[in-house]
Amino acid sequence: MSRFERAFSRGPALVTFVTGGDPTPEATPAILDALVAGGADVIELGMPFTDPMADGPAIQQANLRSLGAGTTTADIFHIATRFREKHADVPLVLMGYANPMITRGPQWFANECRKAGVDGVICVDIPPEEDAELGPALRAAGISLIRLATPTTDTARLPAVLDGSSGFLYYVSVAGITGMQQAAQTSIEDAVTRIKASATIPVAVGFGVRTPEQAAAIARVADGVVVGSALVDLVGQHGADAVGPVEDLTRALAEAVHSAR
Amino acid sequence: MTASANPNSFRTQPDERGHFGQFGGRYVAETLMPLILDLEREYDKAKSDPAFKAEFDDLLEHYVGRPSPLYFAPRLTEELAKSALPGKGAQVWFKRDELNHTGAHKINNCVGQILLAIRMGKTRIIAETGAGQHGVATATVCARFGLPCVIFMGATDVARQAPNVFRMKLLGAKVVPVTAGAGTLKDAMNEALRDWVANVHDTFYIIGTAAGPHPYPELVRDFQSVIGKEARAQMLSRTGRLPDLLVAAIGGGSNAIGLFHPFLDDASVRMLGVEAAGHGLDKLHAASLAGGRPGVLHGNKTYLLQDDDGQILEGHSISAGLDYPGIGPEHAWLKEVGRVDYTSVTDTEALEGFQLLCRTEGIIPALEPAHAIAAVTKVAPTMPKDSIILANLCGRGDKDIFSVAEHLGVTL
Repeated sequence: MSRFERAFSRGPALVTFVTGGDPTPEATPAILDALVAGGADVIELGMPFTDPMADGPAIQQANLRSLGAGTTTADIFHIATRFREKHADVPLVLMGYANPMITRGPQWFANECRKAGVDGVICVDIPPEEDAELGPALRAAGISLIRLATPTTDTARLPAVLDGSSGFLYYVSVAGITGMQQAAQTSIEDAVTRIKASATIPVAVGFGVRTPEQAAAIARVADGVVVGSALVDLVGQHGADAVGPVEDLTRALAEAVHSAR
Repeated sequence: MTASANPNSFRTQPDERGHFGQFGGRYVAETLMPLILDLEREYDKAKSDPAFKAEFDDLLEHYVGRPSPLYFAPRLTEELAKSALPGKGAQVWFKRDELNHTGAHKINNCVGQILLAIRMGKTRIIAETGAGQHGVATATVCARFGLPCVIFMGATDVARQAPNVFRMKLLGAKVVPVTAGAGTLKDAMNEALRDWVANVHDTFYIIGTAAGPHPYPELVRDFQSVIGKEARAQMLSRTGRLPDLLVAAIGGGSNAIGLFHPFLDDASVRMLGVEAAGHGLDKLHAASLAGGRPGVLHGNKTYLLQDDDGQILEGHSISAGLDYPGIGPEHAWLKEVGRVDYTSVTDTEALEGFQLLCRTEGIIPALEPAHAIAAVTKVAPTMPKDSIILANLCGRGDKDIFSVAEHLGVTL
């Protein structure tokens, strides 16, 4: 059983996102530890990029803080390696934009992911139409390519999105950027029902989820709940002292998600 | 590469997946992908619809003022011949797209795209702008067709292009200053993409250059190709022959591809794209082909200014319209297959070209085509006297007189 399968086998999973290197590469490992300690089931580690065009202000600022602190791709893989040494069972996903992932070639990136113990990759700006750019290399290295489905992904298009994706499917519940408003619960329920009719992998729902109450409501219908901007905001607010607040929010979210089992 | 390195025609790109060789493509978030596919279908239909073409042509003639003149520049030709060896010193001709309504070639593309937006039933228009020419052109067609218009413009550019900001507002557009990053064109494009992804249901994004996700590079090229089609016919009718060399400035590259594309299969016609070398290629510049390498940004794969980790670097040029760290994917392909040559000129050389055209021909060019003029001044003296250079005068310089004054140390 893969780490993803285990993480989603226990009932609804809490998936948490923070930007790697925010506020500094040195501070990130303790923040990731806090996510695990708080009860997160899957960790998404953001790879910073100069032009995060699908992100709202919170994660844009996190990208700027991280790059401003000098974070490199090598730093991200160091953070991932250290995470894997410490947390043998928690799935780790790298999330980011195409250019930093492919700039040394997809094989290079896939190999680094494998060596660092990364389980999956989410690339915001490589849709199924451009899969050749990264997908084959990841699959050959045994890394899950986790695709995004959105409110604009209709039933006709869904099979193309699912084809070649594994680990879980990330349903982006609003047509928009990260950290803005949440979608109406009924529209999330309809979408998840529709997607789960075709998907054999777990479906996690994110975008705009900030509170334990919101997370619990989604956990009743989906296999997982993704929370990013609310945690990133805490890092922005508290910097290297964010460990405590991040763990507290994660615990509240995890309890809400897990009690919906 | 999907296309052969030596295709029979250079005019059949992109392939059905929007690739120009290894470049181009559709690197967008999933939310946008269905809309991009819709746009492609709608553009395919529009291309073969005589009514679409008739409306486009009618607007270009009666609203934009096309065809733009083809002009032989006698005094510039004479001036450049002074430094040439005997028998050398090419004739210099200009395609006068600076005489278009709104003062640049940008309007050609905006007319085409707003007609597509209307066909698709979109009711709100957004665009990015650097120097403000594309923003003004977009605001203009929105006023003409009565659609609400939001223009994203880097805060730095808002400050250095105040007259164009006011023009856009007069035309009824909302101008949103973008403070992210360096506050220039790249950041404006990020913000436009963020708006688009949140408003896909009713919003059409009029991209200003021959870049972005497929089908934008293709459709912008097609709308701008009116420049080259007219120029080719005008040159044949005036001189009975084709030009020997085409020259055009390149930021994203829409005026250049518009001029070049109709000539690509004329083997005798050489072409020169001119990037902005800013302070110099070893310093801050915006020459993506000369100083960059292939990567993915803003929906397409192309040459980008970037560091070893693939982080995008800030471009620099005296011309806000060339101040972009990427280039349209068809230019990246034309460079790789060797059909078009690319060079670059510095801020200082562009300023010299700017002043030379003012003095010799009584034409104040924009700083963008001033780069093309600077390249012409280098190459004309090396070419035979009976040869013909055709350069694209893609914009007029009214918008630039304040920044030129500043660079020349003149207080207005």
